Amino acid sequence: MAAKGRTMGRIFAVTILVIAIGSAIPILRHTWWMPQDISTHGAPIDEQMSETMAEAGICFLASQILLAAFIWKFSNPKPDSKIKTFPGGASGLVIAAFLLVGTEVLALGAFGAKAWAKIYFTPAAANALPVQAQAGQFAFYFRYPGPDGKFGPIHPDMVSEANQNFYGIDINNDQDAKDDIVTAEMAIPVNREVNLLMHSKDVGHSFFVPELRVQQDFVPGLDVAIHFTATKIGRYEIVCTQLCGLGHYNMKAYLSVMSQQDYDDWLKKEAALQ
Amino acid sequence: MHDMSAQAVQHHAPPTSFIGKHVFSLDHKVIGKQYYALALVAVVIGMVLSWLMRIHLAWPSAKIPLLHYLSANGAAGNVMTPEYYLQLMTMHGTIMVFFVLTTAPFAAFGNYFLPIQVGAEDMPFPHFNMMSFWVTFVSFLVMIASFFVGDGPTLGGWTQYAPLSAIGPASGPGQGMGVVLWASSIAIFCVGQLLGSLNFITTTLDMRTRGMSLWRLPLTAWAWFITSVMGLTAFAVLMPACILLILDHVAGTSFFVASNLVISDQVQPHSGGSTLLWQHLFWFFGHPEVYIAIVPGMGIVSHVLITNMRRPLLSHRVMVYSMGALAVLSYMVYGHHMFVSGMNPFSSLAFSFPTLIITIPSTIVVLIWLGSLYGSKLRINSASLFSLGFISMFISGGVSGFFLAQPSIDIMLHATYFVVGHFHLVMAVAAIFGIFAGTYFWFPKMTGRMMNETLGKIHFWLSFVGAYCIFMPFHYLGLAGNVRRYQAFVDDYLQPLLPVHKFITVAALVTGAAQLVFLYNLVYSRFRGERAADNPWQATSLEWSTPTTPPPFDNFGGQHPVVYHDPYQFGIEASSGDYVMQNSPEEIHTVRDEE
Repeated sequence: MAAKGRTMGRIFAVTILVIAIGSAIPILRHTWWMPQDISTHGAPIDEQMSETMAEAGICFLASQILLAAFIWKFSNPKPDSKIKTFPGGASGLVIAAFLLVGTEVLALGAFGAKAWAKIYFTPAAANALPVQAQAGQFAFYFRYPGPDGKFGPIHPDMVSEANQNFYGIDINNDQDAKDDIVTAEMAIPVNREVNLLMHSKDVGHSFFVPELRVQQDFVPGLDVAIHFTATKIGRYEIVCTQLCGLGHYNMKAYLSVMSQQDYDDWLKKEAALQ
Repeated sequence: MHDMSAQAVQHHAPPTSFIGKHVFSLDHKVIGKQYYALALVAVVIGMVLSWLMRIHLAWPSAKIPLLHYLSANGAAGNVMTPEYYLQLMTMHGTIMVFFVLTTAPFAAFGNYFLPIQVGAEDMPFPHFNMMSFWVTFVSFLVMIASFFVGDGPTLGGWTQYAPLSAIGPASGPGQGMGVVLWASSIAIFCVGQLLGSLNFITTTLDMRTRGMSLWRLPLTAWAWFITSVMGLTAFAVLMPACILLILDHVAGTSFFVASNLVISDQVQPHSGGSTLLWQHLFWFFGHPEVYIAIVPGMGIVSHVLITNMRRPLLSHRVMVYSMGALAVLSYMVYGHHMFVSGMNPFSSLAFSFPTLIITIPSTIVVLIWLGSLYGSKLRINSASLFSLGFISMFISGGVSGFFLAQPSIDIMLHATYFVVGHFHLVMAVAAIFGIFAGTYFWFPKMTGRMMNETLGKIHFWLSFVGAYCIFMPFHYLGLAGNVRRYQAFVDDYLQPLLPVHKFITVAALVTGAAQLVFLYNLVYSRFRGERAADNPWQATSLEWSTPTTPPPFDNFGGQHPVVYHDPYQFGIEASSGDYVMQNSPEEIHTVRDEE
């Protein structure tokens, strides 16, 4: 019985090892990983991710290996073997937890806070391009203020899918709204800071562009703003990550990062369509 | 401490009728088994729901036989609609979190064993105890009823974020009556938990027998006590939140709905509510809830492992303090669910640091287990395998917490499968492994029969390897940006991930099927298992010292046990072998903490 238990203990130990190392391989090889960063603020996030991966990975492997080693060594030992105490006892382990893991996570926290602060605690530049994103079940719409640089006010009672007045703007009476440009796709010039004003029409939604290292919820009743600069020309997917109803999975739009010239042309074309 | 007035309160005569004995029983042991049975029914439903979801995710147009019987609209032609996927997903999460992870490790085992472990005849308020189960049962019926009412259950996820949950039918199928039933069920559930917690706390504080000082309580008793304090405070917040949500539906209030929201070109008749208020209230409950699910498992795993390692933990007190620290910190970290919610970004940082700090008591718990394993005489059996499996899962799920505690990284991982992998490993699978460990360990005491060890080990191997095959890849999906709560993956960048989803689905079906081995073992052993001795594992705590197995109605046959020893006197030389029971007057050279 004891020998059988010992064998099973050893198989268990090997299984833990295989699972632990097997789980780490795709991480080390970046088989599945974040897409390439196309933002100016993304580098510290990526660095933070890699640092955390290294430290969490070491903790993961070390603990699983210790678990496996102790199961291997101590399952069903000979009946006359004596109970031994881990060198250093509980106080050694508590000190180790505070010193190693405590300092490690607080260091991670401090560096992570810097990355967060860089994004959220610095205001958008005065010349940042204002774009308004509106999320509603189950589509995004974007609004550009036009030559006057001002967005016309939103009139919720004027929102109409049938009239294609997705934002509820009054171009006949509101001076600021007359030149507003509403689009289904978001286009921005490369290397130009964008100040994205986020407005929800109905329920909670989110704006997630993995390449841009941006994810921010839309809060119904509370417009929030984020700012970012895209550094690489291309077409990227904007997806909703906040459960918003039956069409949530299909709520997406495209973000086109363009050269300034292409962007100007695109905006002119969109303005003509209004 | 021994208190005659408290003993008088709990004393009640044994029931004579069938109903008094098996249905409306005042006996904490029967109530514990009722909770266990409820959790078993709930877990089967929850697991079948997860199968349906996984099949749909891997093969969206798959016809699932008989599904249209569950919902003619949601699954016409046996193919799930997008909304029905979300409705099943919501019910999966809700049923698992509330009716399995909260009821089984805490209410089921705690009810059965806490009074016996402290040496009491019953809990101090047996009627409240009976009520707590039946209220929970009603709550379960209300939740299940939503499958069959109107356009089905709510689709808003187990977190029921407002205003989607609060606006009403306009926002989608199940968002009218479905939400009202959901919120009613959860509010009723809270009542059951509050009554239960009250009993657990008073049992621990007032019902301890002579000699049972707080430090002589087994770690399970400590875990249930700490959990009940969390339960009392967390469910007390969730209940009013649910009531406010119901009022938004039925009384025209706007607690959670802001002004000027437009659905189908109609301005909704609400004004002045707050979207984020619900999230704050929900997560003030929701994060302690994670620990309500897992701390009893920590207690059970410690209790089972100590008995099977034949040695006490390196430090009993450090374990208790760590579980206590987890409980206190669990209230200070809830905002990490809301880093990108639109709350003040300074708050995100404020919530980030306690979340990082909570890794310290978690690490200590793991290190104490590992350090105690060193130099032990570990017995390998189904109960100890599941306990060791719990530790492995808790480590794997715990380290991903390093990522999610940091707002800057959360930008990439929030609402992705990384989060789903994290909480399934650390909370769901680990807690369920704790339930399995407790079942294999205590089944002999609860039924008088042993469970089949061979079947138990087969069950363990399939579950352990299977759970990793399901939940480890979730982390990879999350790193690649795979958003959760999608019923299909239509985005271009998600296409390369579809094979991973297929792999997970196959693993989930196999692992789920493996649970049939457990169910068979449970039923078979209940009637045909080998007869159990009073103390088959040579354990030390009071539940193993009852005069009969299962214990008599009043647990100790009219006696009040007297406790002479700390809970885990193993690895010693005594007349009974390498251990001495807590109520044995034998003088021994005791093992003390080695702090």
